[in-house]
Amino acid sequence: MSDFTHDAWGIYVAVITLVSIVACLVLLFGFSSQRVPVNDVGTTGHVWDENLEERNNPLPRWWMWLFVITVIFGFIYLALYPGLGAFAGKYGWTSAGAYKSEQAEAAATYGPLVDKFLKQDVKVLAGNAEARQMGQRLFLTYCAQCHGSDAGGSRGFPSLKDNDWLHGGDPQAIRLSIVQGREGMMPPMGAALGGDEDVRDVMHYVFRLGGRTFDGIRATRGKAKFDAMCAVCHKPDGKGNMAIGAPNLADDIWLHGATDAAIMESISKGRKGSMPSHEGFLDEGKVHLLTAYVYGLSR
Amino acid sequence: MQDNTYNYKVVRQFSIMAVVWGIVGMLVGLILAAQLIWPELNLTPWLSYGRLRPLHTNAVIFAFGGCALFASSYYVAQRTCHVRLFCGSLAAFTFWGWQVVIMAAAITLPLGYTSAKEYAELEWPIDILITLVWVSYAVVFFGTLAKRKTPHIYVANWFFGAFILTVAVLHLVNSAEVPVTFWKSYSAYAGVQDAMIQWWYGHNAVGFFLTAGFLGMMYYFIPKQAERPVYSYRLSVVHFWALIFTYMWAGPHHLHYTALPDWAQSLGMVFSLILLAPSWGGMINGIMTLSGAWHKLRTDPILKFLVVSLSFYGMSTFEGPMMAIKTVNALSHYTDWTVGHVHSGALGWVGLVSIGTLYYMIPRVFGRNEMHSIKAITLHFWVATIGIVLYIAAMWIAGVMQGLMWRAVNDDGTLTYTFVESVKATYPYYMIRLLGGVLYFSGMLIMAWNIWKTVVGQRPFDALIPALHPANTLAHA
Repeated sequence: MSDFTHDAWGIYVAVITLVSIVACLVLLFGFSSQRVPVNDVGTTGHVWDENLEERNNPLPRWWMWLFVITVIFGFIYLALYPGLGAFAGKYGWTSAGAYKSEQAEAAATYGPLVDKFLKQDVKVLAGNAEARQMGQRLFLTYCAQCHGSDAGGSRGFPSLKDNDWLHGGDPQAIRLSIVQGREGMMPPMGAALGGDEDVRDVMHYVFRLGGRTFDGIRATRGKAKFDAMCAVCHKPDGKGNMAIGAPNLADDIWLHGATDAAIMESISKGRKGSMPSHEGFLDEGKVHLLTAYVYGLSR
Repeated sequence: MQDNTYNYKVVRQFSIMAVVWGIVGMLVGLILAAQLIWPELNLTPWLSYGRLRPLHTNAVIFAFGGCALFASSYYVAQRTCHVRLFCGSLAAFTFWGWQVVIMAAAITLPLGYTSAKEYAELEWPIDILITLVWVSYAVVFFGTLAKRKTPHIYVANWFFGAFILTVAVLHLVNSAEVPVTFWKSYSAYAGVQDAMIQWWYGHNAVGFFLTAGFLGMMYYFIPKQAERPVYSYRLSVVHFWALIFTYMWAGPHHLHYTALPDWAQSLGMVFSLILLAPSWGGMINGIMTLSGAWHKLRTDPILKFLVVSLSFYGMSTFEGPMMAIKTVNALSHYTDWTVGHVHSGALGWVGLVSIGTLYYMIPRVFGRNEMHSIKAITLHFWVATIGIVLYIAAMWIAGVMQGLMWRAVNDDGTLTYTFVESVKATYPYYMIRLLGGVLYFSGMLIMAWNIWKTVVGQRPFDALIPALHPANTLAHA
């Protein structure tokens, strides 16, 4: 009743509820005993639209009982559970309390299982079959929606099994990615680089860095622009900088698509990526198991 | 346009459009069912699942169901009051206004304009038009009742009246919104209050639009088609008041285990259970009206439609209270069980009673005694019934399966199934559901053909108002 802070609201709700339920019974029994005159053919004598008539058979007994039983159930339920305004009910049940006790029960049941793993180092745990299985199940519940059931990722969502890391692949970095989340931001460079042709030149220079087929003239033209505009984050050799999540451009792995059109779009319009934080959502044990699982994927 | 005839023109218009919108709305339903199996069918943004889904619900509930309710309530009110419809021009406005509302929905929803309130997605300019049409509807309906020649108001009109009044209140309260641009508004309520208002509206839309309104239909067309008196007047009274009173409380059962305060959830559950008997009162009164005329069920396909619709009504109104129990809801909520429940009510109850009504009414308002082909009605009945059974059985199984898969836990505390595994396991049932939908839809096409053959070449016809039955004048002399 947090929005209705005055005590009177609780009484208001309780009184209206009880009066309403009783009113149902009054209606039921009031009319079941009422005599409406019927004529000798058993109808009320009213005729509509030439032949529409009404009998006045008594209310079926079983139906009245059904009605009464649901009402009695209602009274009992409202005596035991919260419902009558501020009255908490005999059991003192609340949905928040039920949630807490179920969580506590789960922690008591599964806690020791996880505690055993929490004491082990991630690198060791990655080789533990039982921990890997738990990790995989957690991964399928919490991570697979974006990274895929096989952790292979999809466009915009990185693969976690190719040993190509945006923010680092050591246990500490993986743990941090899960707990704190990560924000990827490639700014739109189209205007700064010039026009579409300049963007294409830069792309061919990037191809040269990564050993992909490239146009020599374009690559040469693109080098100066790359060194001036892109190397700050992606480094002059194009191998990127994990400290700021700037991807390696020389490994022929393309998070946002490998076609010329997709790469040009990445350069000119920029890209955004977001790995949400799981702090407070996944407990320490789950994070530990997931870290070990993800760490083990590319090893 | 004489006072000694009934206004059948507006009934004809609404009846025909009910069939047209029924076919359109159900076709959209088929596309959605197919998209759930083959996501590639989301061809363009405006034909994507998210935009077509509200189009489907609006089309079948408010276009098909709405036109059927307008048609039957206008027909029933005139005939049971023995007067011509009050204010024919306003009645004509309700027809054209309602068609404009439907067309506006059919354009804006695929374009992505939505207030994001379930079953009330239409944006504020359309909401205003709905209000105008609805107030006019109330004036026409209650105006007709006010000038009636009969001393008593027939039971069907109680239900139509409750439906019209309550829907007006529901629409005004739930659609209270602050316009930002011509096609964008924000709800007047926020957070959990918004959710509670929404489901107070949502559940009463079921209770009054899809239940009370169609019970009004049932109370006229079953005794008429069976040529038997209504089973019990006092059962009508008790279940009418209990039904319209109790429905008002049931909305919170849509918000079990959410941020809605526990006390409100409990009240929603308790009153949903108390709603069982009042709901069944209508079923009993309708089915028992056949006492002494059971044999007609063998030969009369219209009566089959009407009575089987009541069986589905009874099933759905049993299932509803059960699903409102919190423990059951913990399993059923967010699964396809809910979809199955809705469609046992929508296809089984609302659909079949409307179809039976239209088969009774259409030949009469076009100056004929019966439909072109009775055999085609029988065929429609069986195709539709088999379609419903396939649909709801598939969704029951799928829903319970999903609920159980989602809650299954391994020995180490992790979930046994990923969400996508439950989706994969549902595919066979999606296929069966689609098949059921195709059958139901084919029934509508058979109906369209039959109606075409019935009405083509017929001249506009308004029946003469018959003299009041002498029993009435005697009783009140």
